[in-house]
Amino acid sequence: MISFLRKHKYLIDYTLSTLVRNKGKSFALLTVYTLIIFMLASVMLFTHALRKEAVSMLENSPEIIVQRLQAGRNALVPEEYLQKIGKLRGVTQKSGRLWGYYYDPAVKANYTVMTAGQASLPITEIIIGAGIARTRGLSLGDYLTLRSQSGEAYSFKVSKLLDRKSELVTTDLLLMSPLAFRRLFDIPEGFYSDLVLSVRNPREVRKVAEKLVLLLPDSRPILREEILRTYDSVFSWRQGVIFVLLMGSILAFVIFAWDKASGLSAEERREIGILKAVGWETSDVMRMKFWEGAIISLVAFLLGYLAAYAHVFFASAGLFESVLKGWAVLYPRFQLTPIVDGLQLATLFFFTVLPYILATIIPVWRTSITDPDAVMR
Amino acid sequence: MIFDSSIMALIMVSAIVSIMLIFAAAFAIHIIRFWDIQSGSEQQLILERRTYLISTLLIWALSFEFLSLLLFIYNAESMSGQFVGAMCATGVLNVNPWGWPTLFLKVAMFFFAAAWLALNYLDNRGYDYPLIRYKYGLLLIAVPMAITEFILQWFHFSEMDPNLITSCCGTLFSAEADGVAAEISAIAPGKAMPALVVSSVLVLFSALWVALKGRNGWLLSLSGLAAFCVSLISIVSFISLYIYEHPHHHCPFCILKQGHDYMGYFLYIPLFLAAALSLSAGVISPWRSIPSLTASVSKMVPRLSWLSLLLFMQFFLTAAWSVWRSNLTMLEVWW
Amino acid sequence: MLIQLTDVRKVFNQGKANEFCAIQGITTHFEANQVSCLKGASGSGKTTLMSLIGCLSRPTSGRIQLGDRVISGLPERFLTEVRRHTFGFIFQRFNLIPGLSVLENIMLPAYPQGLPYKNLKARADRLLDQFALANKSDNMVEWLSGGESQRVAICRALINEPQILIADEPTANLDSQLSAEFMGLIDELRKAGKSVLISSHDPAVFESNVIDRLVELHDGCVVSEDV
Repeated sequence: MISFLRKHKYLIDYTLSTLVRNKGKSFALLTVYTLIIFMLASVMLFTHALRKEAVSMLENSPEIIVQRLQAGRNALVPEEYLQKIGKLRGVTQKSGRLWGYYYDPAVKANYTVMTAGQASLPITEIIIGAGIARTRGLSLGDYLTLRSQSGEAYSFKVSKLLDRKSELVTTDLLLMSPLAFRRLFDIPEGFYSDLVLSVRNPREVRKVAEKLVLLLPDSRPILREEILRTYDSVFSWRQGVIFVLLMGSILAFVIFAWDKASGLSAEERREIGILKAVGWETSDVMRMKFWEGAIISLVAFLLGYLAAYAHVFFASAGLFESVLKGWAVLYPRFQLTPIVDGLQLATLFFFTVLPYILATIIPVWRTSITDPDAVMR
Repeated sequence: MIFDSSIMALIMVSAIVSIMLIFAAAFAIHIIRFWDIQSGSEQQLILERRTYLISTLLIWALSFEFLSLLLFIYNAESMSGQFVGAMCATGVLNVNPWGWPTLFLKVAMFFFAAAWLALNYLDNRGYDYPLIRYKYGLLLIAVPMAITEFILQWFHFSEMDPNLITSCCGTLFSAEADGVAAEISAIAPGKAMPALVVSSVLVLFSALWVALKGRNGWLLSLSGLAAFCVSLISIVSFISLYIYEHPHHHCPFCILKQGHDYMGYFLYIPLFLAAALSLSAGVISPWRSIPSLTASVSKMVPRLSWLSLLLFMQFFLTAAWSVWRSNLTMLEVWW
Repeated sequence: MLIQLTDVRKVFNQGKANEFCAIQGITTHFEANQVSCLKGASGSGKTTLMSLIGCLSRPTSGRIQLGDRVISGLPERFLTEVRRHTFGFIFQRFNLIPGLSVLENIMLPAYPQGLPYKNLKARADRLLDQFALANKSDNMVEWLSGGESQRVAICRALINEPQILIADEPTANLDSQLSAEFMGLIDELRKAGKSVLISSHDPAVFESNVIDRLVELHDGCVVSEDV
């Protein structure tokens, strides 16, 4: 056992010195390899982190949202519905929500307007997200004027800015008092945008939703778990599609690796011949070549992955910002929470290292079976 | 669902392994037909050199297979969020009838691979390669296995419908339900526990016997496989209950999760390795009578047996420890 | 009897248009603790015969016996095993690996055996001392002179402590003085108990009094041999 380990130590030593001696070739291969891993890992880390972000954002949202449909379109929900729902078993809390969008022609952007929950906001004051503050150049105490449904202009004083940390979600958010909201959007007293229900036991959620549909035939319950599921599949689908698009570059890399492994120079060929002549066995040469591949793969994987990590989590994925994010004007400046996931790592391994191994098996074998008496001819 | 990157990776691995095995099988047929160790002809030299390629292809194919087994379970675990009713890997495997057979086939491939590699290792130590036809014949069996696995896995992933309501471990591994899984869960710990003890004693003794005597490897293989099956049943029947500290949660996958200290890995990895080693010992020991292999067999069999013994012991101790440290007491329920 | 060849043939490109029979049924033998020389023009099959004896390749037919072991039917894996422990090789063009130090080049043949580094290094140092290379041990081999390269090649051939040394045209790249020195080294090795097999068409070698036995080849056949 010990001599087995020692033998591999010698082989690794030898491999390292070979890699150093063929600097140019090793470097070219390493660069391309690292680049491929960097690209795939960036896509992976980015989509995965976005998905996690979305999921954690939903964590505190209510289990069920009830909308009312009228002719297939969202309609305001009358307050009586809350009474109609009455005491459904399993529902721990129910309330109506007011929210909507406001188009600001000055910056050509949509704000998401919501009512401030518990914190009772005076009717003339608002709380705004960092994106709005940035584009409108607002700070605490400044006034923002909004035009109401009926054309009148209302001025609101900015009483607070929302936390930068949650910018991904709150960048375009504008909070005001319910009274101001109804006045601005002309929503009569006794109506809500939608209703939200909290259900403690996750197993009862579907049952509650079924009862709701029976009780209020014109309502549409939306379950949190459904939204989560949609997010999950949408994000993994997106990642998959990008991977398919990148398949071409993986293939190019495979061909490159194949070429590098089989296109040995006369010197390298002679070296293998010498090794075999002085007492190395075919499988020893193959083991040595295995270590060569393993070392290159390991270094490329580490470099590529670390670079991707830095790219996504420190540089906010600067290279594909414009492609993957959708906020046009109120562009959020955010830092994703770093996440490393075992499954993603394994998948990345299968997408990069496995093709490399595959591309080199036959060239390595061909090299290794060099005739040991070749050096004598 | 096919566009999920982990699923694409799994399908890719299966396809690659199948292609590699088909490649190797083509060479194998060639070798079975033309192999003649006595000849010094160039044809024979070429065949000999190809054996290196085939061995390499197989070692890689089998390590990929092993990794894909892990990835498969991992992936099932992570996809549980996308199906109504699925809370862990069990639910995802239940989404359609192909999930479980795929998993079982992957496990079977793992054991086949281990046995074949052991045989290959042994044969390479006999100067006249006495088992060469036999081992390459055996290799031909792996091809349909790999292809079937690819097809089953393809069906499993392509027929996944996120709108399907699946049953998860709660319903599958509950003693009241119907089906094999439920029957296993329903096996009273009063029966499973003694069975585990008996099989562990058997396997440890036969491993010790084979390790000391260096022969009768089949004894270890049989008791090893028996212990493997009994252990899996025991995990479902009662070990998992102690880990979850919940009297009705029988799932064999949730123990792999962080919430349970990844206990599953400490149980499954030694168990699988030990079973694979015991199987290899049995595959190798009958060849002692071939003169060129005698020395290698009498060296390898004890080694494999000792290793297998150690790993089985690790499994049993881990299992015993997880029962012992648990806060769950089932005394009044079962006895 | 150390090496016994019986009706050994080696055919290249079997069954093709350019089929070529390099060794045409040679029967001969070599004794232990002797310096034997294969003499012949280039193309006479010396090198092929050496590679057959040295387990570098396998005969197409015939039988080669090393001591009491038949090696002609062994697969490559076991031939290498035999070669590693029995033979040391000195090649015509030295065949050192550039970019590695003298020491590394010498230790190279021993790597696959996984000996402890300390033992291996001690063995290499002893050889370096013996062949007056101790101060060159860390030099790169491409900086060495012809004679030094030759001596490094000899050290490399001896690192696995082989019983038999095989030298293929060892003096082809040496001047006459170095050639004489080389034959002196060979003589010392024989005195130390090694058997040596040299192929050469250099008179400085086959006329040297170090040679115990001369076998002459022509077109793959033995034309004359000392008894």
